[in-house]
Amino acid sequence: MLNRIFALMIKEFLALLKDKRSRTVIIVPPLLQLIVFGYAATYDLNRVPYAIYNEDPGAASRELAARMEGSPTFHLVADLQNDSQIAPMINTRKALMILHMGPHFTRDLLLDQSSKLQVIVDGRNSNTAMLALGYVRNIVSRFSEQWASEHGGVRPPARLNIRTWFNPNLESRWFIVPGIVGLLTLVVTLLVTALSVAREREAGTFDQLLVTPLHPVEILLGKVMPGFIIGSIEASFIILVAVFWFHVPLLGSLTALYTGLFLFLLSAIGVGLMISSIAVTQQQGLLGAFLFLVPSIILSGFATPIANMPPFMQDLTLLNPMRYFLVIIRSVFLEGGSVSLLWPQYWPMAVIGMVNLSIAAWLFRHRLY
Amino acid sequence: MKTMKHPDSTRRSAGMRLHGMIRKETLQILRDPSSIAIAFVLPLVLLLIFGYGVSLDAEHVPIALVVEHPSAQTSSLTSAFYHSAYFDPTGYPHIRQAEEALREKKVDGIVWLRDNFGGETLSAGRSPVGVFVNGVDANNARIIQGYMEGVWAKWLEQFSAAQGMSVEMPVTLEQRIWFNPGLRSRDYLVPGLIAVIMTLIGALLTAMVVAREWERGTMEALMVTPVSVREILLGKIIPYFILGMGGMLLSVAMAVWLFQVPLRGSLWVLLGTSALFLLVALGMGLLISTLAKNQFMAGQLAIITTFLPAFILSGFIFDIGSMPAAIQWITRLIGARYFVAILQTVFLAGHVWPVILANSLALLIMGVIFLALVKRRTQKRLE
Repeated sequence: MLNRIFALMIKEFLALLKDKRSRTVIIVPPLLQLIVFGYAATYDLNRVPYAIYNEDPGAASRELAARMEGSPTFHLVADLQNDSQIAPMINTRKALMILHMGPHFTRDLLLDQSSKLQVIVDGRNSNTAMLALGYVRNIVSRFSEQWASEHGGVRPPARLNIRTWFNPNLESRWFIVPGIVGLLTLVVTLLVTALSVAREREAGTFDQLLVTPLHPVEILLGKVMPGFIIGSIEASFIILVAVFWFHVPLLGSLTALYTGLFLFLLSAIGVGLMISSIAVTQQQGLLGAFLFLVPSIILSGFATPIANMPPFMQDLTLLNPMRYFLVIIRSVFLEGGSVSLLWPQYWPMAVIGMVNLSIAAWLFRHRLY
Repeated sequence: MKTMKHPDSTRRSAGMRLHGMIRKETLQILRDPSSIAIAFVLPLVLLLIFGYGVSLDAEHVPIALVVEHPSAQTSSLTSAFYHSAYFDPTGYPHIRQAEEALREKKVDGIVWLRDNFGGETLSAGRSPVGVFVNGVDANNARIIQGYMEGVWAKWLEQFSAAQGMSVEMPVTLEQRIWFNPGLRSRDYLVPGLIAVIMTLIGALLTAMVVAREWERGTMEALMVTPVSVREILLGKIIPYFILGMGGMLLSVAMAVWLFQVPLRGSLWVLLGTSALFLLVALGMGLLISTLAKNQFMAGQLAIITTFLPAFILSGFIFDIGSMPAAIQWITRLIGARYFVAILQTVFLAGHVWPVILANSLALLIMGVIFLALVKRRTQKRLE
C-alpha cells in the first residue's frame, strides 16, 4: 500500500513540477510577495506629507514648526501663504495635514497662556488620519509642557503611564509579517490542491485512477502529500525570512509553531481537495478556490481585528482555519506561546481538516457529473 | 474576388463577424451560468461579508480595571470607563489577576489606579494610573491607547473643573477632519473593497476564457475563420465588460444604500472611471489567459497576481505613502491602486479633478498596454 501511495505521490509531484513554468508559479511568486508585502503591509506612518500655514511672526510658532519638521513621521511639503491654498493641498492629496497657526499665536501664548493650533486632516483614510492626529497631539503636548515649565504657567496635568506588552515599540510589522506566513502558506497550498482533482476530471484521467486497484484513501493521500511537503517547505522558508530578514522576535517554542503549521496545512489541504472534488471543471475549481481564499484571508484577523466584527460574523470566522493559525503564529512569535496554552486553537483546525478530507475522499467515487 | 467587394459590404461583414463573436461568447456565458454568478452573486456576497467584517473601529474593548484604594474619585473614573462605548471593563481585585487575564487574552488592556490615586497626584504631572495594553496588534493597541487617553482627558477636565482648577494646556489642538469627520473606517474601506472585488471579478471572468479555447483547440479553429484577432478579442471583452459593469453598479448601490457611504461625486464620473478600471482588470485576465498555456496555469496565475497585490499594495488598507520608496514604485504596477484613489476621492471628497484625471490616465495607459500585449501574443501564436 505504501508503495502505491508513494508512486501516486511521485506522479503528483511530476504533474506539478515537471513543467518549468508551473514550477516557477509555485515557488517564485510567494517568495517575491513575502518580501514586497513584508515591507508594504504596515500601519506605521512614515514621512506623512504635511503643510504649514503660519500667519504668526512670533518665535513660539516657529519653534513648534521646527519640532514638526524634526519628526521622522512627518515630511513638510509646502509653506502656505493664504487660506485659499489649503483646500487644493488637501483635496489633491499633496498634503495629508495642514497645521495652521493664526496671526496671534505667539502673542496669545505670552499674554493668556493659551493659544490654538488648528489642524486640518484629510479623513479619506480614517486610520491614517487618526494616527497622524495622535502623533501631532504628542508633539504639541510636549511643546506645551515645555512652554509651561519655561514660562511658569499651569502645571501639566497627570498623565496615564502607558506600557505595551509583547511589542513595546508598537511596530505593526511584528504583527503583520507572522501573518504573511499564514497568508502565503494558504495560497500555496490552495494552488497545489484546489485544481488538482478538477484537472484530472476534465482530462478524464481521474476515471482511470478510479478503475485502478487504488483505494480512495490512497488516492487522497497521494494528493495530500505534495501540498503538505511543498507547503511546509515554503512556510519554513518564510518563517526563516521573518526571523532573520525582518527581525521579528521568535520567543516561543518551535514545537508549538510546527504543531500549528501541521494542522493548518491539514485543514487548508482538506478544503482545497474538497473544492477540487466538487468542481466539474477547472473554472469552477478556480472560482471555488477564490471563494474560499478571499474571505478566509480578509476575515482572518490578518489586517483588521476579528473583535471589531459584528457578533454573527465573529461566529462565522470560527470556520476559518486561518483564524486559528494566525493566533498561534503571533502568539508563538511575540508572546512566547506554548503547546498547552494554544490547545484551544489546535483542535478546531484538526476537525476542519478531517471533515473536509473525508468529504473529499467520499466525493472521489460519488460525485455525479 | 476580395477586391471586387464594395467597401461598404466589407464593413458590414466585419460588423457581422464581430456580432457573431459576441453572440458566441454570450451564448457560452449563458450556458455555463458560472460567469453570471461571478459578475452578480460574487460582488453581492463579498461586499456583504467584507463591508460588515472589515473594520478598524474598536468597540467594547475588554479591559481590566484594578482599583487599589476605592474612593469617590476612583469610582467616578471607573464609571467613566464603564460608560464609554469603546470599553467593556471588568473589575479585578489585584493587579496580578489582571495581568494573568491580559496574558490569557481575556482582556486587551489594564487600567490600574494605584494606591496613591487622588488629590495631590492628579494635578502634579505625575501618573497615578498605570496602563498596560497588549501590543501584539500594534495598530489596534494604538487605537485603544487613544481611546483611553480620551476617557482620561475628559474625566480629568471634569474633575479639575469641579475642583476649580484649570488643566488647559498652553497650546490646544483644534482639529478639523475633512471628508469623514466621524473617522468611520467603513467609509474608506468600502470604496476600497469595491476596487479589490472588481479586480477579482475581472480576472475571474476572463482569466480562463482564452486559455480554455487554446486547451480545447477551438482557438485554432477560430483562427482559420475570416475573423480577425481584433474581432476575437473584442468579442471576448464586450460581453464580459457588460457583465462587469453590472457587478460594479450593484456594488455602488450597496455601498450607498446598505453601508451608507456618502457619494459626494456624481454617478457618471464613477461609472466612467469604473469602465476604465474594468478594461484594466479584464485586460489583465485576458493577458494571464493568453500567456498561460492551459487553464490550470491560468488559474494559478490569477490567484497569485490579482487578489493579494490588490489587497495589500493598492492603498485600500495600508497607506502607500508610508511604504519604502522601492515598494511605492511596485504599487504603480497595480491597477487597483489608481482605482482605490479614485473611489475614495469620488465617494468621500467629490470631484477633485487632478486626482481623478491623473489616476484615470494611468488606468487608460495600463488598459491599453494590457490589451496591446494580449493582441501581440495572440498574433504570434498563429505562426
